[in-house]
Amino acid sequence: MAHKKKKESPGLKRPRHLATLLSVLVPGLGQLYNRRILKGILLMVITVSFLITTWNYIDIGIWGLFTLGTVPFEHHSIQLLLQGLIALIVLIFGLTIYAYNIMDARRDAIAREDGMPNPPLLKATADFYDRGFPYFMILPGLVMLIFIVVLPLLFMVSLAFTDYNQYNAPPRNLLNWVGFDNFVNLFKLDIWKDTFFNVFTWTIVWTVVATSLQIGLGFFLALLVNDKRIKFKRTIRTVLILPWAVPAFVSILIFSALFNPTFGAINRDILSQFELMIPWLSDPFWAKIALIMIQTWLGFPFVFALFTGVLQSVPADMYEAADVDGGTRWQKLKHITLPHVLFATAPLLIMQYAGNFNNFNIIYLFNEGGPAVRGQSAGGTDILISWVYKLTFETNNYNMAAAITIIMGILVMGFAFFQFRKTAAFKEEGERY
Amino acid sequence: MAMKPQMKSRIEVTFIYIFFAIMFVVIGYPLFWAIMMSVNPGTNMLVTDLFPDNPTLEHYKWLFTSPSSDYLIWYKNSLFVAILNSVGSVVITSLVAYAFSRYKFYGRKYGLYMFLLLQMFPALMGMVALYILLNTIGLTDSLWGLLLIYLGGQIPFNAWLVKGYFDTIPKELDESAKIDGAGHLKIFWTIMLPLAKPILAVVALFNFMAPFMDFLLPRIVLTSPENFTLALGLFNFINDQFSTNFTRFAAGAILIAVPIALVFLLLQRFLISGLTSGATKG
Repeated sequence: MAHKKKKESPGLKRPRHLATLLSVLVPGLGQLYNRRILKGILLMVITVSFLITTWNYIDIGIWGLFTLGTVPFEHHSIQLLLQGLIALIVLIFGLTIYAYNIMDARRDAIAREDGMPNPPLLKATADFYDRGFPYFMILPGLVMLIFIVVLPLLFMVSLAFTDYNQYNAPPRNLLNWVGFDNFVNLFKLDIWKDTFFNVFTWTIVWTVVATSLQIGLGFFLALLVNDKRIKFKRTIRTVLILPWAVPAFVSILIFSALFNPTFGAINRDILSQFELMIPWLSDPFWAKIALIMIQTWLGFPFVFALFTGVLQSVPADMYEAADVDGGTRWQKLKHITLPHVLFATAPLLIMQYAGNFNNFNIIYLFNEGGPAVRGQSAGGTDILISWVYKLTFETNNYNMAAAITIIMGILVMGFAFFQFRKTAAFKEEGERY
Repeated sequence: MAMKPQMKSRIEVTFIYIFFAIMFVVIGYPLFWAIMMSVNPGTNMLVTDLFPDNPTLEHYKWLFTSPSSDYLIWYKNSLFVAILNSVGSVVITSLVAYAFSRYKFYGRKYGLYMFLLLQMFPALMGMVALYILLNTIGLTDSLWGLLLIYLGGQIPFNAWLVKGYFDTIPKELDESAKIDGAGHLKIFWTIMLPLAKPILAVVALFNFMAPFMDFLLPRIVLTSPENFTLALGLFNFINDQFSTNFTRFAAGAILIAVPIALVFLLLQRFLISGLTSGATKG
């Protein structure tokens, strides 16, 4: 293609600006202007079909997202809300293609200004495949992630700002946006305030104590097994990992039976020798003690296995050097072993805390969060997530459940923040690329 | 202190062994107890013995032969979900991880942050929406719906894990293959995947086991007993009448726990090396 290099003309007349503007007005037009006919037509077809298929859905969706419906029975607020969120996601997807179209037109125009000929079709397709490859790879995963993980979370976040509960539910009633009312109620109304305070403090105590115990025990055992004088290491390791290998729901239910006051073996066979009867399930204090012990049992093997792996990677010459300098065992532990092990495992340990913070299974399977506590909707051992479960599926207090979920989400982000800072990946990021 | 170092060391070692012995009892007792419960005759927990006079396998027989037992159906359902979940998650996560490990693209860095963040949010937080979503596409009370949630939910954690492992594979390998004219997919298929077998095995195993162990999602998604998975079925077993069904539950639970535990013990070394190399070196 004969293409004379024009003198740079200012303003709109410059091809790059003109192409950009044309593509802003009508996707594909800039490409046509660049003489990339096939690409231009393709983009136009995509635009038209996108608009035809989604326009109505997006229109209703966005309207529904703002109003949550106007006619009871006819408009279902929850479905409108969901449609609104999906519409937003589709819209963002559309805008991404739109933005790509604009940038593409500009890039091609700049190339033409510089006097580069348009690539032949085959080469253009190959280029597109090359550049687009990582996007094609992540697309299936991304779509699933958005609809199965992100969308539900967004939905939950939205619910926290509505008045959706058992008494105010579609299709009979329309929902309304209520701003931060649910959060205010959570901290102001007595019935919510007290329960929230109790559950929240126990959740924190549970997370810190149970996780620290399992990490402590796991670390201690790993140190012991790593001792040079110990024999039968393989057997010992295998047995110590056993609680991790058994599916947790099985072990928790077994424990639930073991602690059962009427037929459980702990009271009947063991404590009865000492004339003791402990109300493991009906007294909140003892139920909490039992839960912490069970979680330690369940959780230490992972930490143990992790540390065992890391301990073997501590360079032996560091200990030898310490021996030469006359370092005590405690000093070696504190200055060599601990820093090494903690550096290598910190992100996973933080994950352990986050995991216990959200450890619904053990709380629910052991005692369904019980025993019941007079005057509050959460049981004596309920942590935030099991309380949310009850509020959602048992009493249908969706709005409050969602508000609590948001508070949990903020706390979880705190964990995540620590993890980002601890994760070596991001320190190396600069090197790799 | 006039104790010889040798003596001191011997005492120490003895104490360590004693401590291990205590741990063995603490670990073994609940498991042993459950096994013994499963061979107790009758279903009344109040008259069970740790060492029954006449141990019996009647509960195991009941699970497989009684017309009122759905155990085999549950096993089949769990296997179905487990196999598809295992295969599907390996495919999806290895694609995602490959892109994140080897390519530069818009949103790559934020994508990594997003994975780290999302893996801390349990699926339960979005349960209401998931249920409504499944409802609108008609997949409630369906194993496919359950599978879909598993497949989507596992992405953040596993993609992170596999990406970390891919990063440890030297880049020179795929660069030299590229010079030899290998395309993107060919490098992925002939270089990355074979070298990443250990971590892919871990992902496959994990996602195979998850449906056997999870009871919460099935409990929300599945409603009719013929669609139950093992964990949910067994939970409902004792949820109704805890004390009267526990012996049967124990028998059913042991039949899940033993194969899972065996596979797990065999493969846990891969798992640990995968976790440490994947998650910490990022």
